[in-house]
Amino acid sequence: MEEINALFGGFAVAMTPFNLLLMIVGVTLGVIIGVLPGLGGANGIAILLPLTFTMPPTSAIIMLSCIYWGALFGGAITSILFNIPGEPWSVATTFDGYPMARNGKAGEALTAAFTSSFVGAFFAIVMITFLAPLVAKFALQFGPPEFFSVYLLTFCSFVGMNKGSPFKTISAMMLGFALATVGMDTVTGQLRLTFGNPELMRGFDFLIAVIGLFGIGEILLSMEEGLAFKGAAAKIRAKVVWETWKMLPKYWATSLRSCLIGCWMGITPGGATPASFMAYGVAKRVSKDGDNFGTGKMEGIVAPETAAHAAGTAALLPMLSLGIPGSPTAAVLLGGLLIWGLQPGPLLFVEKPDFVWGLIASMYLGNLAGLFVVLTCVPLFASILRIPFSIIAPVIIVICAVGAYTVHNAMFDVWLMMGFGVLGYLFKKLDYPMAPMVLALVLGDRAEDSFRQSMLFSQGSLEIFFSNYLVGSITSLALLLLFWPLISKVISKKKIAA
Amino acid sequence: MSEHSNNSNQDSVISVRAMDIITAILFLIFSLVVMIGSIKLGASWGSDGPEAGYFPFYISLIILLSSSVTLYQVAIVNKHKKTESFVDKEPFKQVMAVLFPAIVFVLGVQLIGIYVSSVLYIAIFMVWLGKYRIWKAVAVSIGVSVALYLMFEFWFQVPLPHGSWINPLEFIGVQ
Repeated sequence: MEEINALFGGFAVAMTPFNLLLMIVGVTLGVIIGVLPGLGGANGIAILLPLTFTMPPTSAIIMLSCIYWGALFGGAITSILFNIPGEPWSVATTFDGYPMARNGKAGEALTAAFTSSFVGAFFAIVMITFLAPLVAKFALQFGPPEFFSVYLLTFCSFVGMNKGSPFKTISAMMLGFALATVGMDTVTGQLRLTFGNPELMRGFDFLIAVIGLFGIGEILLSMEEGLAFKGAAAKIRAKVVWETWKMLPKYWATSLRSCLIGCWMGITPGGATPASFMAYGVAKRVSKDGDNFGTGKMEGIVAPETAAHAAGTAALLPMLSLGIPGSPTAAVLLGGLLIWGLQPGPLLFVEKPDFVWGLIASMYLGNLAGLFVVLTCVPLFASILRIPFSIIAPVIIVICAVGAYTVHNAMFDVWLMMGFGVLGYLFKKLDYPMAPMVLALVLGDRAEDSFRQSMLFSQGSLEIFFSNYLVGSITSLALLLLFWPLISKVISKKKIAA
Repeated sequence: MSEHSNNSNQDSVISVRAMDIITAILFLIFSLVVMIGSIKLGASWGSDGPEAGYFPFYISLIILLSSSVTLYQVAIVNKHKKTESFVDKEPFKQVMAVLFPAIVFVLGVQLIGIYVSSVLYIAIFMVWLGKYRIWKAVAVSIGVSVALYLMFEFWFQVPLPHGSWINPLEFIGVQ
């Protein structure tokens, strides 16, 4: 097997003491970034990028990708212990992770999350190692209609899977899309919906929205519920880890399903966030225990965490093999490659095999290092947030303000962040879901581009979304999910009548 | 929030139903603003394909429809349903106790920069709401500001706002 030989060559490149040290440093930094709300994988790596310019490219990419793994792991810690998703893809982990932690099972929840993350990532890395050429070929056949149908599927699944009012879900989601259109139109170059305000020309960055909605909004909510910051105790004893590991193989089906969803969503530019939601939704529908999801079920942690890590890892596949990033963080990494004079694409495998296989080998090692670091150091990371609320609240607001400012060095963004904070408080209390809104804000431009290109192909006819088996079946599935609240109502009425 | 519904209604600042109606109306206004903006840009089919306002127009149409349904549901269908309190007086005061100083803090960041604003904000918050001793509050708040400076401006060389009106730290070399 050619790949196995190349991979062992890669291990030889990655396993120098210097690179192993960088892995540990990267993972630790990444976890801290992931734990702190407001600092995320994408902007964390962007900030740290200049530090790596003096290193050899292989070492640099190993450290940066390890920050990425660390951030993926770190998001789960705050989600489970504090109900604050440190990263958008860990929103789905809060649904069952936080209730579990409040029931006194924080150790089990964290172990399940970390282990599933590792399993998801491992699955995706094995896939990258062996399936890279095949998958790349398949994705190359995708045209705009196929891309749009995948976006449609993601967004419709929000409507189908959400417990609350489908109309509120749609309103919140479309608000995200509307905000995403503000600013420069990528196709015509026109300024859209800025109403003459130069500050709006930049548009609404999803990072600002995430910092405001989840950071400030959560602080307002916690304030209302009293000064106690409801963090669950975080200690992982070896025995708990062992007990949890014994339980996890029970969920092999959920795990495998989530791995597949994650890899699929990571390769097509869907990303970790929709993957985690889709995996959670599917697990909820399929599980016998589905009605109890949201009350602290381990399966509800396994599904989103596995998918998020599988997607986060798989997102590097199109970035490496095609030069198309599958996630914002992958896009930042791509920027790094270009700065080091490396042209991502199929030729990279031929011209710089040391680099490519060194990176792939470091994914195996980096994730193993990540699992070790988070399992042993959780109390340390959690203690960052175990400080009394009257200290942590102003400090988080200060860090959020700094985070919002540094995205574009714009004071206006800080005000926007406050606005999103109030909106987040309002939405949470009125059951408007925030995740589809944030996602719409992230994917809005790309969804719009693929829609407009499809419309150009078909001269404005929607039939293009049913023009072949692939796009037709994805679109049909999306519509089925969109009308699921209605369909399930009809079914349950019939059941009552019978 | 179920714990608030037990309280008598006189403690309530506003009901969930009223907030729902207000939010739905805000959504409606927003959708109309986007719709008018899109039509001005051109929301139809130009000579070279869909115009710039094509996509936002349909987005605003969907918001218009979905928020109308929400409004209909809360205002008419659930008219006689017993409603819960959105927020009670005491928790509302707490929320304002965070929100209002935070807005003043952001204004401070804009005018006198991040460092002095952060020191004042964190210290006042800790003394006022956390009942900490002043020396503790000052130590923590200065510590956070110094950490911010080292982390962002010194190590990672990311500029932070120093104040558009006056830079109070100019004398110690923060440019």
